[in-house]
Amino acid sequence: MTEEIFSIEMPVGERLIIRKNRIKGEGTGEKRLAVVTGIHGDEFEGQYICYEIARRLHENPELLDGTVDIYPALNPLGMDIADRNIPKLNMDLNRMFPGKENGTTMERAAAAIIGDLAGADLCLDVHASDIFVKEIPQVRVSEEFAEKLLPYARLLNTDIVWMNATATVHESTLAHSMNMLGVPTLVVEMGVGTRIDRGYGKQVIDGIFNLMKELGMWRGEVPKTQFPVISTDGEVEFIRSHTTGVFLPAIEHNHYVKKGSRLGSVVSPLEGKVLEEIIAEKSGLVFTLREYPFVYEGALLARILMEVDKN
Amino acid sequence: MFIDEIYKVEAPYREPMVVKGYRFGKGDKAACILGPMRGNEIQQLYICSQMVRVLKELEGNGCISAGKEVLVVPVVNSYAMNVGKRFWGVEGVDINRRFPGNSYGETAARIAGGVFEKIKDYSYGIQLASFYMTGEFVPHIRMMETGYQNASLANLFGLPYVVIRKPKPIDTKTLNYNWQDEMTAAFSLYTNKNSEVDEASANQAVAAVLRFLTRMGIIRYESHSGYISHVIMEDDLTNIHVTSGGIFRGLVRAGEDVRYGHKMAEIIDPYEGGVKETIVAPTDGIVFFTHTEDLITENDMAYRLIHRLHA
Repeated sequence: MTEEIFSIEMPVGERLIIRKNRIKGEGTGEKRLAVVTGIHGDEFEGQYICYEIARRLHENPELLDGTVDIYPALNPLGMDIADRNIPKLNMDLNRMFPGKENGTTMERAAAAIIGDLAGADLCLDVHASDIFVKEIPQVRVSEEFAEKLLPYARLLNTDIVWMNATATVHESTLAHSMNMLGVPTLVVEMGVGTRIDRGYGKQVIDGIFNLMKELGMWRGEVPKTQFPVISTDGEVEFIRSHTTGVFLPAIEHNHYVKKGSRLGSVVSPLEGKVLEEIIAEKSGLVFTLREYPFVYEGALLARILMEVDKN
Repeated sequence: MFIDEIYKVEAPYREPMVVKGYRFGKGDKAACILGPMRGNEIQQLYICSQMVRVLKELEGNGCISAGKEVLVVPVVNSYAMNVGKRFWGVEGVDINRRFPGNSYGETAARIAGGVFEKIKDYSYGIQLASFYMTGEFVPHIRMMETGYQNASLANLFGLPYVVIRKPKPIDTKTLNYNWQDEMTAAFSLYTNKNSEVDEASANQAVAAVLRFLTRMGIIRYESHSGYISHVIMEDDLTNIHVTSGGIFRGLVRAGEDVRYGHKMAEIIDPYEGGVKETIVAPTDGIVFFTHTEDLITENDMAYRLIHRLHA
């Protein structure tokens, strides 16, 4: 059953509406899982996840014991025009939480979202990466809430769980506000902006059903899931461009590299020459790789999870 | 006057962006005046350019006090300004959310870090800033309540108002906050415009900065004494939100005095042309902020009033 959780009148003949789909199981369980996505309008990976969860639950309501709330577009205007931020306001909705009930329009929207999510037993905030780098499926948790969140994070069938990662788990985010309210909230991230990688999506969906099974909300079978590598910031090597030009990767995303491997080049199309060879300084898994070719000095090219090899 | 290169950014197909510093006098790092970090801050650029013009003249007349140095950085983000963008680069990063910066971080963090390194040791820091919402303000000095803020010093600008507000987590990344963290007495100066030059209020801002520099003994300049500033807490402002969306017909401007029940604005139905809503003053007061766009969304803030205590 779809419900409006926030609605306001826009200037010209339209309402801004944030919706959720509440799917109740046939069992008597009272647990509630919330799956939210679309805070950033250029991130579409969560669309497939929402669709597939809703489809499977509608097909098998007898296997659901509890309630799943699906919020596919918290920033509907941004999603409509693939704008990461709130259109016109040009602000990141994920820096406006917990919002303000008597504040500006989007502060009220943020407060309404928090109000609706309050009381859930668990919340998953699904993100894609931005349009600049591609990510393998991962859960990001802040150290502050790690003890509470790690047991859930391990169940989600992602490749890694990254503890204390920066912006996405910061204060003013939805996840931080919900965790402060006592609703365990995990940030899931995968893929690249404005695209859907259904392989990654399926991997995480299996993880979500696995999690629901552990919570006692799902009576159906779940595929075997993997255990993620748990990493901290200290184990992640950031590789940035030292020059300005066009980045041409020499490796595939989600590959293991040895120290000294060439990861790519930054080249000058005008002069036809290589400006910088990008070499791995540590061995490990390339879990982030740049997709967007133009780079300035300081642009993120790759992240390597160190001390991880194929075996 | 000396022109320093504060920071330089190379781009594949543009001339390098050179952040320039105009240095006056010699000796203690007394005051730094910093202009646009956002590409729409044209008024702020104009004010800084006028500061350079006046200080050059004062220096020529020997009016910079002995042992005092003043630095003016007329613009940081000139790249955004030249392409009509508000924020930095294709990533759309707000440089004023990247302080204190990071010389190993992404490009915007490097710019912030490079600039901050050159300006953090000044005793007084004055930023020509803009608000995230578009609209008109009464010229004022804005400070964050960090524990280091000094409203008495802010009064010396002689602007009508000094506004103090409680910082949110995201504010810890602004220049103002980080300046204060480095023990620089930091002030953000707001005039009534951003994306267009308003000569009268720009002159008022220039006069206010010169007045402050004179009162701090940094320059010798004949200026009238200005206002005795009224210090207000931002939370004490009366916010007036609209309850419908449509075409906004503002009837009062920033700085105007209104009485309880005074008609302040109308919302016009964008299809049928009639008045959908009339906004009246909920209290006696002075208009501190006005919405200026022609369209307005339900719950948007139309006005902020300084509640008048005495008739």
